[in-house]
Amino acid sequence: MAYGPHTPADRQRMLAALGMRSVDELFADIPAGLRAGALELDPPEPEQALMARLERLAGRNQAGLASFLGAGAYRHFAPPLVDQILLRGEWYTAYTPYQPEVSQGTLQSIYEYESLLAELLGLDVVSASHYDGAAAPAEAALMACRATRRERVLVSRGLHPHYREVLRTYFHGAGLAVEELPLVTDGPSAGTTDLAALERLLGDPDRPVAGVLLAQPSFYGLLEPMAEASRLVHAAGALFVAVVEPVSLGVLAPPGAYGADIAAGEGQALGIAPQYGGPYLGILACTEPLVRQVPGRLVGMTTDLDGRRAYVMTLQAREQHIRREKAASNICTNQTLLALAASVWLAALGPHGLRDVAALGASRAVELERALAAVGAPRLHPGPYLNEFAVRVPEAPRVHRALLERGVLAGLVLEEAVPDEPGVRDALLVCATEVTTSDEIDAFASALGEVLGARTPAAVGSAR
Amino acid sequence: MSASGPRLQPTIFELSKPGRGGGKVPHPPSDALDRIPPEQRREKPPGLPELAEPEVVRHFVNLSQLNHAVDTGFYPLGSCTMKWNPKVNEWAARLPGFAGLHPLAPDSTAQGTLQLLWELEQILLRITGMDAVTLQPAAGAHGELTGILMIRAYHEARGDMARTEVLVPDSAHGTNPATATMAGLRTVSLLHEHDGGVNVEAFRRALGPQTAAIMITNPSTLGIFETEIGELLEAVHEAGALAYMDGANLNAILGRFKPGEAGFDVMHINTHKTFSTPHGGGGPGAGPVAVNDRLAPYLPAPRVLREADGTFRLERPGERPTSIGRMRSFVGSTGVLVRAYAYLRTHGASGLAEITDDAVLAANYLKHRLAESGAFDIPFEGVCKHEFIASASTLKKRTGVRTLDIAKRLLDHGFHAPTVYFPLTVDEAMLIEPTETESLETLDAFADALIAIAREAETEPEIVKTAPHTAPVRRLDEAGAARNPNLRWRPAVGDWTPCPD
Repeated sequence: MAYGPHTPADRQRMLAALGMRSVDELFADIPAGLRAGALELDPPEPEQALMARLERLAGRNQAGLASFLGAGAYRHFAPPLVDQILLRGEWYTAYTPYQPEVSQGTLQSIYEYESLLAELLGLDVVSASHYDGAAAPAEAALMACRATRRERVLVSRGLHPHYREVLRTYFHGAGLAVEELPLVTDGPSAGTTDLAALERLLGDPDRPVAGVLLAQPSFYGLLEPMAEASRLVHAAGALFVAVVEPVSLGVLAPPGAYGADIAAGEGQALGIAPQYGGPYLGILACTEPLVRQVPGRLVGMTTDLDGRRAYVMTLQAREQHIRREKAASNICTNQTLLALAASVWLAALGPHGLRDVAALGASRAVELERALAAVGAPRLHPGPYLNEFAVRVPEAPRVHRALLERGVLAGLVLEEAVPDEPGVRDALLVCATEVTTSDEIDAFASALGEVLGARTPAAVGSAR
Repeated sequence: MSASGPRLQPTIFELSKPGRGGGKVPHPPSDALDRIPPEQRREKPPGLPELAEPEVVRHFVNLSQLNHAVDTGFYPLGSCTMKWNPKVNEWAARLPGFAGLHPLAPDSTAQGTLQLLWELEQILLRITGMDAVTLQPAAGAHGELTGILMIRAYHEARGDMARTEVLVPDSAHGTNPATATMAGLRTVSLLHEHDGGVNVEAFRRALGPQTAAIMITNPSTLGIFETEIGELLEAVHEAGALAYMDGANLNAILGRFKPGEAGFDVMHINTHKTFSTPHGGGGPGAGPVAVNDRLAPYLPAPRVLREADGTFRLERPGERPTSIGRMRSFVGSTGVLVRAYAYLRTHGASGLAEITDDAVLAANYLKHRLAESGAFDIPFEGVCKHEFIASASTLKKRTGVRTLDIAKRLLDHGFHAPTVYFPLTVDEAMLIEPTETESLETLDAFADALIAIAREAETEPEIVKTAPHTAPVRRLDEAGAARNPNLRWRPAVGDWTPCPD
């Protein structure tokens, strides 16, 4: 066995101590009728052959394309020091800090993560982590129902479609109601959440609303009227949940500034590789009065018997291992190592580095917008955005495929990702970050010009 | 550890100095944010620390040295399977082709990862004896919720709306009842037998047209194989309910027991336990869920599909309307699954069987050594599986030394403590899981340490009661932490400097 230290003599000694001749005797308790046949799997693979197999598989992916795909997972610069810290076995081969005296590293790192995110979000209570950017808003919505003792939440259709789907799955399970807020269809606010609809849905006295979820920036990259939404939500006695992208908070107003009660989001952008979907980092935070409703682990600062500063998991009476069926959530394993990655990344960049990352992405996005508009792909929505936006492209699925053949991953085909959203046919969602180069933008624009030009010049003209 | 031993660290905020660090990313042009409306902008930068690379690295390296970890020593945490985390797995997950792949990359650009995921599913099916699997859940508890929601969907699809109860033995992990609640179902907790096994008669009495499911951990949280599982599963299915197996203890049964063949309808797998993906200080994990044909229609979307031409693709939105929907964003924690795949390929059929044999042999040997010493109560005799219970119940009556004290004293010996006070059904419980990757020398040294501590409890109980003595900190004021929660550092006002431009 590849990693086992036992010699045949060791095994013999252990069996002899047990008075047994064969290890099979240790499985005599499994009833004969239930004993399994042998595993029908390949033989063991030596490390060198395994490495060759994995390199072949990794090589079959095309991960190095000029990519403008964001939609919830973003390419960012991660200084090599981040992964070198993560590769220390003391971090990644430890488990939940059940024995705090020999887990102060992990505990302090979680406390620092909570503190760094509290600064970023403008909220005082940050959970030690949740699974991802979809599970965190779902937990936030459940929290809102517990805190208000109401059973209905409203979610903007400007939330990532995966997040809305997960919210539906969780809420169906819990027997609670989710309703979607439509997007404005035209005018200067087109594509943002319809606040008139929000007001209307909040106004039903027979069906009080527990919480309202809006994303900033929205799935379509647009800046939402968070402050106005927050006022409407609070006037109805509901809680306001801001679903945020943490890098954007280097330059955008934090949830605390516009009165959000709960913030949730995907922390992948904070130095975590895309790796086809995870492991990522679910961010969940709230105001101080909601602290006993927050699911998942919390770490606090305390002292040891000698009065030295130390850290410990706290307020555990919320959690499943104490409260069982009355717990705030069933969450146990979380994403501690990814929270560490985020902390190291934030510490390496600092407040100005974070601002630069966000602002440089915004600047690249403007460059991208101009380049695409110049070849006949103007923006779909008029309002302000940070670093992601939708562009109008006729026959978007076909154009997307044609660009892929030219080595450009032209963002997301919206009609495939959100087939139920009116008004996004013939559109691509594209993003730029600080790692997007002018060469990549040029390559995208010239390939798009070529593909659109190959249709008919007239069609290009009308799209413009 | 450094020559002077691990040192406590100030918070990273206290290391900050205005104007220090920076330069990791280029400055944007000064008009970069001109199009952002002023009311949407942040008024002042967040109070993040300002540090240069050496300070950042030293801080986190010094902090890491305050941790006990599998890489530094024995970690016999029962029900957590703290086995060796192979280094080739870390290399594999970081291959640029895997790590750099966007989760919404078109299928044609993700064939390597899709093939890996599909092959991983096939391997898990052979191990579990099930018919279909989802790799989506992010952790064991997330897998439990997935499984119970599928069971609900199954009953609902049959118009069987009265099934609102989940039967759970009292020795179960807390996630089981918490999961039932999240799935909108009511938990009925059932007493166990004196020998630690499930009480089949109690289950029979509780089963009825209101039962949606039972949740059973097998082997149990006491490390005991449920010998009457066949009868129990029959009774469950007769009552029209379904059977969920909590796969936390899968390390004990690889190649010896296939839950699907035995009649379980659904189970989750903790890749971070059985299949060596690292625990990361509390996560990430991954919790694939395997089901039989009865539940396959309800699996979360998207599934990984293999086409007739041998290519792979993901299900499209809405392609399988019977699905319970999504449990998380994107496909799953693929980076974790790459590690699990590498581990499974490394071991193959014979290696996986050896894992279980060695894990069970080590647990029984350790149990035997403790039983022989008479130092602790061993409440459940006979063979155990991959873990076992010892108890300080008698020792406590005689000396006042509790399991908690023993756990803390073990830290002074350089060992992590076992899981303590779990399961809740055993007084002063220690749940000990050695795993298959610890040498005989380590197992003996650990047994010797426990026996020495029991002796010390008789002769110098104060030393045990005030342990640990050599850890970086002494026991903590946990009550104070809960009474006056301090959950964040508050940087001094003005600790940030305006941006250079």
